[in-house]
Amino acid sequence: MTTTDTRAGQRRSLSEWWNNLNRPTQWAVMIPIVLLIYALPWLNPPILTTEPGYDFPIAMFEVARYALIAIGLNIVVGQAGLLDLGYVGFFAVGAYVAALFTSPDSSLAKLPFLAVIPIAMAITMVFGVILGTPTLRLRGDYLAIVTLGFGEIVRLLADNIEPLRGNQGFQQVGHPPGTNADGSALFNNTDGKPWYVLTVTVIIVVLLLVGNLERSRVGRAWVAIRDDEDAAAIMGVQTFKFKVWAFVIGAAIGGLSGALYAGQLAFVNNQKFDVVTSMLFLAAVILGGSGNKVGVLLGAFVVAYVPLRFLGIAEYKFLIFGFALIILMIFRPQGLLGARQRLLTYGRQAYQRLLGKGEQISHDASVSSDRNGGVK
Amino acid sequence: MTAPGNGPEVPAEGGLVAELQQMTAEELAEHEAEVAEVVAPEREIAVDVGETLLEIQDLTMRFGGLTALDSVSFGIRRGDILGLIGPNGAGKTTCFNAMTGVYRPTSGKVLLEGKPLGKLAKHNITRRGIARTFQNIRLFGEMTALENVVVGTDARHRTSVMGALIRSPRHHKEERSAIERAMALLDFVGIADRAADKARNLPYGYQRRLEIARALATEPKLLCLDEPAAGFNPIEKEQLMGLIRKIRDDGYTVLLIEHDMKLVMGVTDRIVVLEFGKKIAEGVPAEIRDNPAVVAAYLGVPDDDLA
Repeated sequence: MTTTDTRAGQRRSLSEWWNNLNRPTQWAVMIPIVLLIYALPWLNPPILTTEPGYDFPIAMFEVARYALIAIGLNIVVGQAGLLDLGYVGFFAVGAYVAALFTSPDSSLAKLPFLAVIPIAMAITMVFGVILGTPTLRLRGDYLAIVTLGFGEIVRLLADNIEPLRGNQGFQQVGHPPGTNADGSALFNNTDGKPWYVLTVTVIIVVLLLVGNLERSRVGRAWVAIRDDEDAAAIMGVQTFKFKVWAFVIGAAIGGLSGALYAGQLAFVNNQKFDVVTSMLFLAAVILGGSGNKVGVLLGAFVVAYVPLRFLGIAEYKFLIFGFALIILMIFRPQGLLGARQRLLTYGRQAYQRLLGKGEQISHDASVSSDRNGGVK
Repeated sequence: MTAPGNGPEVPAEGGLVAELQQMTAEELAEHEAEVAEVVAPEREIAVDVGETLLEIQDLTMRFGGLTALDSVSFGIRRGDILGLIGPNGAGKTTCFNAMTGVYRPTSGKVLLEGKPLGKLAKHNITRRGIARTFQNIRLFGEMTALENVVVGTDARHRTSVMGALIRSPRHHKEERSAIERAMALLDFVGIADRAADKARNLPYGYQRRLEIARALATEPKLLCLDEPAAGFNPIEKEQLMGLIRKIRDDGYTVLLIEHDMKLVMGVTDRIVVLEFGKKIAEGVPAEIRDNPAVVAAYLGVPDDDLA
């Protein structure tokens, strides 16, 4: 047995161990982990810390922001298999909507930040429909090129439309309510902790909702489209409708993270929404393993955290991620963790009844089953 | 549930599959009858058994200068197994594709229960009641066998995206019934023991059966099988014939494309023969066997007869 085989075997038994745990035990393992994640900015662990170079709570917020983006992009790229190179466009729309409705630099009515978040999501969803409806008849490379164009269009609009204030941007973007003991705002742009807690909470809610979709006909339609679009249509899947939905839901999550980003930074201008940022988002998904929720969280952590932890190499991050991706594509084309999804609401009970063992999840064969396939 | 088995091959504590292995012949027959009942379609079909369910009228399909189908007409009666045969390139699969919406016919009509399918999209044709399998297997490789079949049942589901997001009562109801039906279907085609395996890791014969189960899951009025026995050995072919008969006996109508003459002759009620895109014969198997045009199409005509 080669080392890869052994490692694959271990990973498999780990996931099998997890799947065979009953629900209360799974909760008992999950809750402390989640609490630990929440506590990270306060713990500021010596190995993990990015200080003194970079404020650690803000670094953690950056990581959480990337994680949220990766979850949204994973729906489009990982689940439905639609290569979207312009995802930053949705992120930008969310950030600009937040700025337009809360910054004193904008002439629009001022609204509370928390009320703006659903508006930002709704408007990005509209953009998702606008982009999706004409382009989702295209496939593969053609779709990728059109989405790349969309990202650029959004950036150029921000550059050139007068009310969007180009490089000058919007100052004093709003933030959620709440004050510290000394009367200063709880959510400000120097303290990352409240923003981090807010974003992690948002991530958990989004993960639960996305999980609901995944274990329904919607998630099954997405994976069917990804695996074989024509066969999916012939099996009765409304392919076009579900592709547009994938775009729209991905867009909403992108818009949400854009609004949070604008709030934390308290400033939005046209500098942060270039194609390269889009590539970085995509790199997080591909690196971690597209189609795997845990994988994309891991990918987002790597992409967001590494440049902040090692500021000395931050300048070369595109070079390094580029190399990392090339190497990954040679040795593990499916990403750090391969695609993996639960697609049945009652799958656990069904497999239990049928085979007398815990829930199965379809996961990428290259993790191990191909190699062990003969034994089975 | 707590003990993680040593491997997926050993079911930890029984389950349906293990029970099945211990059943006596009588219990097995009873179980099969129960399964067949769950599998049987509960569809309202507008035509009676024995009347024409699907009618193909003057179907013509041209690709540029090539005429793949040249005004082909035939009908399928409800409850029949109709064989569609012909040499390679005769237009059998083209006919399937034109029926299921993959191609738009150049001219001619396809009528299901007397109503034209017209320009319906592929998924709507499936909802109207035509399901098919593929000559070169096209399963959803990354899904388990059970999930593949549940995708088929989704063709009849009406949960909206919002309903799925908040897990509406309809979502729960549909999910439960889908799994019920999908498990029965896997049992029906005889691959329940590999329900949890990814489709791409299944053995070839299982994949072919899984395609049939997935197509049946869409509750079709007409099931179209495109060379389901390709690559099978004689024993597997025998089993497949049994399965096709079982499907018909369960209330489905079957259209079968097949090369293997023994299988076609053994299982079909009627046969339509295509050659170079034209229908050259139609009739019961015995007639087809003795039809000189069919024999010539399959074996070729001696040179001196051509003049």
